[in-house]
Amino acid sequence: MFEIFGIPSQALFSQLLIGLINGSFYALLSLGLAVIFGMLNIINFTHGAQYMLGAFVAFLLLQHTGIGYWPALIVAPILVGITGMIIERTMLQWLYKLDHLYGLLLTFGLALIIEGLARNYYGSAGLPYQMPELLVGGYDLGFMRLPIYRAWVIVASLAVCLGTWFVIERTRLGANLRAATENPTLVRAFGINVPRMITFTYGFGVALAAFAGVMAAPIYNVSPQMGSSLIIVVFAVVVIGGMGSIMGAIVTGFGLGVIEGLTKVFFPEASNTVIFVIMAIVLLVRPAGLFGRRA
Amino acid sequence: MEQSVQAATVTPPVSSTRSWSEGLAFAIMVLALAIAPIYIYPMFLMQALCFALFACAFNLLIGYGGLLSFGHALYFGWASYLAAHSAKVWGFPPELAILTGTLTAAGLGLVAGSLAIRRQGIYFAMITLALAQMMFFFALQMKFTGGEDGIQAVPRGRLFGMIDLAHQFNMYVTVLAIFLAGFLLIYRIIHSPFGEVLKAIRENEPRAISLGYKTDRYKLLAFVLSATLAGVAGSTKAIVLQIASLTDVDWPMSGEVVLMALVGGLGTVFGPVAGAFIIIAMQTYLAQVGQWVTVIQGVIFVLCVLLFRRGIIGELAAYLRIKL
Repeated sequence: MFEIFGIPSQALFSQLLIGLINGSFYALLSLGLAVIFGMLNIINFTHGAQYMLGAFVAFLLLQHTGIGYWPALIVAPILVGITGMIIERTMLQWLYKLDHLYGLLLTFGLALIIEGLARNYYGSAGLPYQMPELLVGGYDLGFMRLPIYRAWVIVASLAVCLGTWFVIERTRLGANLRAATENPTLVRAFGINVPRMITFTYGFGVALAAFAGVMAAPIYNVSPQMGSSLIIVVFAVVVIGGMGSIMGAIVTGFGLGVIEGLTKVFFPEASNTVIFVIMAIVLLVRPAGLFGRRA
Repeated sequence: MEQSVQAATVTPPVSSTRSWSEGLAFAIMVLALAIAPIYIYPMFLMQALCFALFACAFNLLIGYGGLLSFGHALYFGWASYLAAHSAKVWGFPPELAILTGTLTAAGLGLVAGSLAIRRQGIYFAMITLALAQMMFFFALQMKFTGGEDGIQAVPRGRLFGMIDLAHQFNMYVTVLAIFLAGFLLIYRIIHSPFGEVLKAIRENEPRAISLGYKTDRYKLLAFVLSATLAGVAGSTKAIVLQIASLTDVDWPMSGEVVLMALVGGLGTVFGPVAGAFIIIAMQTYLAQVGQWVTVIQGVIFVLCVLLFRRGIIGELAAYLRIKL
């Protein structure tokens, strides 16, 4: 055991780890928001509720059908993604020509509905979700104990984030997507089915949120309000990073998670508010955001 | 993806001429509010009036400036805290307590507004929401707010040292006077040269800039005015209900005021008042179904956005071809 700036290394590294975990969720969620905003011009307020829905679906699968963590990691995002696509087809598609604010208001209403229903049926108390056996336990790294599950969350989200970045920035599909973001009319003229692409984009963004939710389930309890406080922080993350860049969203997400973790060590009273304070500073210094393209 | 920001507007352009229909509607509203306490529980009316003023203040920003603030609970809630604290702990009379709360909201509005107007459109909404959440955490941690308990048993006191507000009738008249003063002030702002420039900015900001208007100043002033009036509403609410609590600064409150303005009609003069009464009535009479209120609010949001974007008063005005 040694000390850094008068803080035991154990405490420092474990908060750093928690910071990275939170950062993984910030990154996954802000990535989803950025992808959705790029195609739909809508800020998806339902994102937090869909994250919660991912955790709930995993919980219900285990409870009622005995389907465990690993299948749930695939099944829950697909199910939640499908509900997302239904929402896009039945409601969101009518709003694209209107002011942005209507998309925000509609998705806010949907978030209230989903959270309200979850609270009616499952109460406000958290429901525990069993950690998969394979990932129980931890490694002793000498300077700290590393729980396997937490390491897995960081690695898995990093992989998913980078995979998403690769698909969007480096493949044919991603090129079509980026082109449709810039000029949908022209892309349609090339014979690409843009409306279908929009639907799948929304489904994918929502699935990312649900994926984060499933991974969060064993760490935090599964509770109806787990998404609403998170989504507001993610909004601040998005304001800081700007939604113009995929890599920007990933870097900002992880970076802010780490900063938040460190704040918990050195100045615990400010750990809830540090991201908002950083947002205010960024707005003063670089109004367009760290990775923003236009002012 | 940016082209739609400027082209789309919240409401059809509003002509600035005063119309007979607004005058008539105002007379009906005043008359209804004057006789209402005979038939309706005054506590409900006073609460609804406070929220009506809150919704009107919010509407000033979105309906006429095109700026969607998703964090108006910040001004309402913090004004409520300061009014309650100054009345209870410092022993301020109600008029000074309300003034304290209002000035608090104005100061907070100036700081938050000058940050938020640095970004446009959807970012503006996210920034206001994030700043409000930050101040929610401050309210949660600070001692004077009483944390989860809030500030309870706030004394109503004597207005100007003479009028005892513990009497329900006196309190009602005071709240009605505050509401009407706020309402008329907003009406005046909307129809002033300042209000016209604000509408021009809503319709086409680059054009307003090219005409030589410093649009940031106009937006900031609109923001501060809106925050200040929300502060009047919050302070008055603290004196009327004799409580200031975390509910008033939390994000669902910000959502609620958006819902009130949306249900009534964004950018209409009377819409927010109607919306506030409907939402408060719904909460009061549906209190026994508990959590379902959230679900019902969500459904109303979705229905309003998909089917009745003009809101009740907006649809009525369009149907009758009058201004309301």
